Amino acid sequence: MTPELKGFLLLSVIKMVIVFTIIMVGVALLTLMERKVSAWMQNRHGPNRVGWAGLLQPAADGVKNILKEETFPAQANRWLFTVAPALSFIPALLLSAVIPFAAPLPVDFDFTLGPLGRFVHHGPMPMVVADLPVGFLFVIAISSLGVYGIALAGWSSNSKYALLGGLRASAQMISYEVAMGMSLIPVLLLSGSVSFSTIVAQQQAGLWYVMPLFLSFFIFTIAGFAETNRLPFDLPEAESELITGYHTEYSAMKFSFFFIAEYANVVTVCAMIATLFFGGWDIPFTDWDRSGGVLPTLATWLVFFLKVLFWVFVVMWIRWTLPRFRYDQLMALGWKVLMPIALAYIMVMCVAIYVVERVLGITSPVLASLALFALNVGLGILVFGLLDSGVFIRGSGYRQQERLKERGARTARAAVAG
Amino acid sequence: MAIGVKVMKRPEKQVSYVRATLKGMVLTFKHMLEKKVTMQYPEQKSTDREHGLGTYSLSPRWRGTHRMLTDEQGRSKCVACGLCPQICPANCIKLVPGEDEQGHRYPLIYEIDEFRCIFCGYCQEVCPEEAIHVGTHFENSEYSRGRFVYDLERLSSQTHAVSTLWDPADPKGE
Repeated sequence: MTPELKGFLLLSVIKMVIVFTIIMVGVALLTLMERKVSAWMQNRHGPNRVGWAGLLQPAADGVKNILKEETFPAQANRWLFTVAPALSFIPALLLSAVIPFAAPLPVDFDFTLGPLGRFVHHGPMPMVVADLPVGFLFVIAISSLGVYGIALAGWSSNSKYALLGGLRASAQMISYEVAMGMSLIPVLLLSGSVSFSTIVAQQQAGLWYVMPLFLSFFIFTIAGFAETNRLPFDLPEAESELITGYHTEYSAMKFSFFFIAEYANVVTVCAMIATLFFGGWDIPFTDWDRSGGVLPTLATWLVFFLKVLFWVFVVMWIRWTLPRFRYDQLMALGWKVLMPIALAYIMVMCVAIYVVERVLGITSPVLASLALFALNVGLGILVFGLLDSGVFIRGSGYRQQERLKERGARTARAAVAG
Repeated sequence: MAIGVKVMKRPEKQVSYVRATLKGMVLTFKHMLEKKVTMQYPEQKSTDREHGLGTYSLSPRWRGTHRMLTDEQGRSKCVACGLCPQICPANCIKLVPGEDEQGHRYPLIYEIDEFRCIFCGYCQEVCPEEAIHVGTHFENSEYSRGRFVYDLERLSSQTHAVSTLWDPADPKGE
């Protein structure tokens, strides 16, 4: 092993430990935040007894969940039943490895550590656990794996409710995966890269992608809600109709693993929104954040954290505002609305980017982004106008209404003929 | 449709998703900024004079566990007339009357079984000496069942406020 490789490994291990710790502690605190936000929205205080302002509540919950009895349903497939929580938990955590969370930090060291030999590192260290050149594709690939945990949990419990929950989860996730992937293609078109670091750099040069690619952002956010099984798309859990669906039969720590997975997924989706559409760790209106050094790294980390936190809050805000979709509405929204919009948007953006860059010959990224932004304002008004007028989405009762109207017309014709 | 879904005849403008969603989110956000309504129980109690949540005060007519009032010498006002065990519908008052040398009647034993009591307040209404009262009090937990039979000493030593029973002649308590 060369000293450079050893230095790289050392740094990677340190980053892994830090990111893992932050994600796990953050997820624990998110459970508290969820309860706090829900309480505030209902004019309550929320948990405030354990520790200052209830900050130790997650610890108390964790201790409780570890000490509780683990139950296995008699007819459950025991092996899969045990593995399923881990299967939903691991992909959720894996995703946090490829999201860049701060500006690169210049790290220089050259030292010898006893029998381990020399460790060398020079130059800027990307603040991401694994700076994959295909980080984007990695996220798309791994985020779909989470459905295995949920589907297997539902199946192996050998319970009707759990099975229905698992089925719903797989149907929902597969449906929204399509719209999600499609909605991100304009991002790739505009940035010309599948590496998160490049996408962030492109947004720093131009505008944040939420402006030139607003509809992408809109579709991605909705699909992200569905991917994380959060309200208004929490059909797999649906406590009122499926008694919490796939984790009906789970208890103790295995139960809370599903929650850790859910919140880790929320964090990942919010980090994706922040990275892809809100400039990642970029601090707007300044180039200081790219100057390198400890202070810019810390500042950009804080900014990224705030961006993610804001989106996590929005996720919770929506959860405690909207009721659950009915199943057919959910499928209709995914297949009949989001996917066609995403497909049409890809085509429009293809043409628009070609026109802006080749025909009009605008080379300045800011001007190009502004031109696309103008286009997006128009498209946004069009799409929201159509969505709002009820042209796209109708209650399934609408079809019955149509049929009744038809029958009425037929009887009227028959009366005239008779 | 395999399943008949009840069709509400709403104009399509009303079933719009976008406006309704935004409206709902504004509403929930407004609620976040509002005053909290929860009473923080062990610190704030509805029997407190000032708990800052005016509307949650315990009603003065609340009928809780009993209290025996005493006179200036610290003796109970009860004259052991026997009206309260007579009127008690739950039969939970045990009274053994006694008489001293001056001919004053007093209770030798006065016990109320708070488990049997239905807190109707008849004992307070019927008492000619205004001795036995039901109180505005609700924290009654004990470590054993036996402690729920309140004897005379216990009834006299309680200090919580007593109930002002509902008066049919003055239904609003004015």
